[in-house]
Amino acid sequence: MKFLEDLVNKVKPQFEKGGKYEKFYYVFEGFETFLFQGGNTTNGKGVHIRDAIDLKRLMMTVVVSMVPALLFGMWNVGHQHYLAIGEEAGIWLKFLVGLKVTLPIIIVSYVVGLGIEFFIASIKKHPINEGFLVSGMLIPLVMPPTIPLWQVALATAFAVIIAKEVFGGTGMNILNVALTARAFLYFAYPMQISGEVWTYLGGGAIVDGYSGATPLAIAAASEGSTQVITALSESWYGDMYGFSSMFFGFMPGSIGETSTLMALIGAVLLILTGVGSWKIIVSVFAGAYAMGWIFNLWGATPFMELPPHYHLVMGGLAFGAVFMATDPVTATQTEKGKWIYGILIGMLTILIRVFNPAYPEGIMLAILLMNVFAPLIDFYIVKANKKRRLQRATV
Amino acid sequence: MTETIKIKRGFNINLAGKAEKQISEINPSETYAIKPTDFLGIKRPKVLVQEGENVKAGSPLFYCKMMDKVKYTSPVSGEVVGIVRGEKRKLLEIRILADKTIGFESFKKYSVSEINNISKKQAADLLCQSGVWPHIIQRPYGIVANPDEDPRDIFISAFDSNPLAPDYDFILQNQEPYLQAGIDILKKFTSGDVHITLNADSEFSKIFSHLKDVKLHKISGPHPSGNVGVQIHHINPIRKTDLVWTTTPYGMMQIGKLFLEGKYDASKIIALAGSEVKEPRYYKVISGVQVKKLLQNKIKSDNHRIISGNVLTGEKIKMDGYLGFYDHLLTVIPEGNQNELFGWFKPTFEWLSFHKALGLFSFLNSGKKEYTLTTNTRGDKRAFVQTGVFEQVMPMDIYPTYLFKSIMAEDYDEMEALGIYEVIEEDVALCEFVDVSKHNLQQLVRKGLDLLQSS
Repeated sequence: MKFLEDLVNKVKPQFEKGGKYEKFYYVFEGFETFLFQGGNTTNGKGVHIRDAIDLKRLMMTVVVSMVPALLFGMWNVGHQHYLAIGEEAGIWLKFLVGLKVTLPIIIVSYVVGLGIEFFIASIKKHPINEGFLVSGMLIPLVMPPTIPLWQVALATAFAVIIAKEVFGGTGMNILNVALTARAFLYFAYPMQISGEVWTYLGGGAIVDGYSGATPLAIAAASEGSTQVITALSESWYGDMYGFSSMFFGFMPGSIGETSTLMALIGAVLLILTGVGSWKIIVSVFAGAYAMGWIFNLWGATPFMELPPHYHLVMGGLAFGAVFMATDPVTATQTEKGKWIYGILIGMLTILIRVFNPAYPEGIMLAILLMNVFAPLIDFYIVKANKKRRLQRATV
Repeated sequence: MTETIKIKRGFNINLAGKAEKQISEINPSETYAIKPTDFLGIKRPKVLVQEGENVKAGSPLFYCKMMDKVKYTSPVSGEVVGIVRGEKRKLLEIRILADKTIGFESFKKYSVSEINNISKKQAADLLCQSGVWPHIIQRPYGIVANPDEDPRDIFISAFDSNPLAPDYDFILQNQEPYLQAGIDILKKFTSGDVHITLNADSEFSKIFSHLKDVKLHKISGPHPSGNVGVQIHHINPIRKTDLVWTTTPYGMMQIGKLFLEGKYDASKIIALAGSEVKEPRYYKVISGVQVKKLLQNKIKSDNHRIISGNVLTGEKIKMDGYLGFYDHLLTVIPEGNQNELFGWFKPTFEWLSFHKALGLFSFLNSGKKEYTLTTNTRGDKRAFVQTGVFEQVMPMDIYPTYLFKSIMAEDYDEMEALGIYEVIEEDVALCEFVDVSKHNLQQLVRKGLDLLQSS
């Protein structure tokens, strides 16, 4: 590995002050610190030793925890494709189809997002933050497989610039970057992100009876005396919308968010490594379950009567709870606040699902809304702390 | 005895190279120095000696114009050989070439029974004149106390929970009479109590448990349980208008010794420790000693860092540098100035981490494992991202991230409301260690305290 180090050291002067590519110093530095953890040492005063953690490792932990959802999502794209065109295919063939559809979306997301980050880091002269390593993977996972690539590029650019960089970059943003990308597409190009877009057909002839409607769409459409579960069981393909099938994720939907199981595997990894807040994950599920149960008591529409545990496996709730709500920058920062934040996300998700027929997936809007309220929750919790301190002063 | 304070939040850093409990003699060093930068709160030092002048142990070398009563005195007798100034003529060191046998400035000597009759003013005058006073620190701000103030209470931590810290029971053995005299003197300064907090997790302290006229407390839990700031927070926190004093057991001993012996004897036992030290053990030295002779032939490799103090709060010094006034520990650890290929992704059991993120397996090791850590930062400075970590190593009812951000924003009201008066550098040292984004938080807290003090 000496040769790599020599190579880096050889080109380094060209990027340093006065060098030919001085402007790209921070881009160079980004790559250099990716290859080598630098030989920087601690200051002469203060701590002389540092914890082995850094932001790269933290972000990488999140990316790795998304891998199960990604791999399953790729397979599922192929699986849904072959179901829709009525052909049999092996696991690898399905995976390959998924890979063919998904990989370009991932590449576009990373290239556009990192390109903007590099550009802004160069003009603002600050090191490149690793935040986009996660966002760049999250964006493809919340897209429908049929999304046009130019829309991915546009949404990524919008999210990185408007949601993050204008607020000061990584660590300063108010809204979750990946969800902003998706919300942008939803409001700017509703045609491509709602309706029958959740199955990649690839120009193949569809079988009789095929319907691309997601469980949430079916649930929102049920009226009168039909129970939602019955409506779901009458889906075009077997018991695709049965509880266990939805739990495992054998249904159409965004690339990475159909499988509750894969999200939970990611959650276990995030919780064991302490990177994601277990308080937020648990409280989102708890809030959603509680709201579903409250609606059961009310029971005005068939959707309200849906057993609460169905809510937990439908749509992207699990994925959002595990990977989006736990984003430490946009979530509440106090430990007490995390409970409130999570529970409200869960409850709002179900509220939006049940009462907003135009857009049945509630988790995205619920998280974005709570992103905005997170600082307010923290404000009151920190205020209580200040008050305790003041009260001591008068005793 | 009062009940034990139990803290759960914190983190013990178990480093290799602990000092063996054995005191070695060394040839005395030739030069000694007093460093005005060791004393916080000194704004305008005025030097009282000139190069070539002869001084005795206890002769004043300089004072601060803001608090001219308090003299900073020579630890040894000899000749002033250097007055070192840095940028903008900032006073850095006053160096003394020591005599073979030390001559002491003589002060009034008291017997044990006379100590009770000393007035507060007499005590303050002697302490200030002899150079022992700077052992008394004022909170808030962590600066040298003002003898004209009236502290609510005085707090002393009877142990040091920092990495490789010396054992106070060991370095203060046979000093009990001085410690008791120190308490008797300190009691004159406060209408409140003198609080001493013992380590509940260690064996029975022979030295501290028998002290009279003090309030003894016990604390159990990981570092920073030994930090006096944490103890104050749990015993009787600093309110906005409060002023308390703190000192160390060594400072307490120095106070007693001054009154009972009538001289300023700056000798102390220090630990020489760290993974780069051959045969780490204790040594008897005099405050301000040049470390060169002490370290001769005792360091394993050339690529090392010498720290006066511990690895969390100490100061880097050179081979020909001097031990700090408040330090009882000299740590030598390897310098970490090497690149590490894919270091940010490398799975490791050897690099200690408070975190458990991917590849950081040190949490699986037994708590007894000793780590050899270098000075490598293990990453670069980034914006604050991860939340909820600082709280886990700060056993106080304080929101550290909010406090740090208020200092960055220079928001005075917020700093006050969020509890900056309750902390000094050492209280946030663990936050700085575990910080994912590698901020210099101790420096930041000092900046905040400076802002408030000069506002």
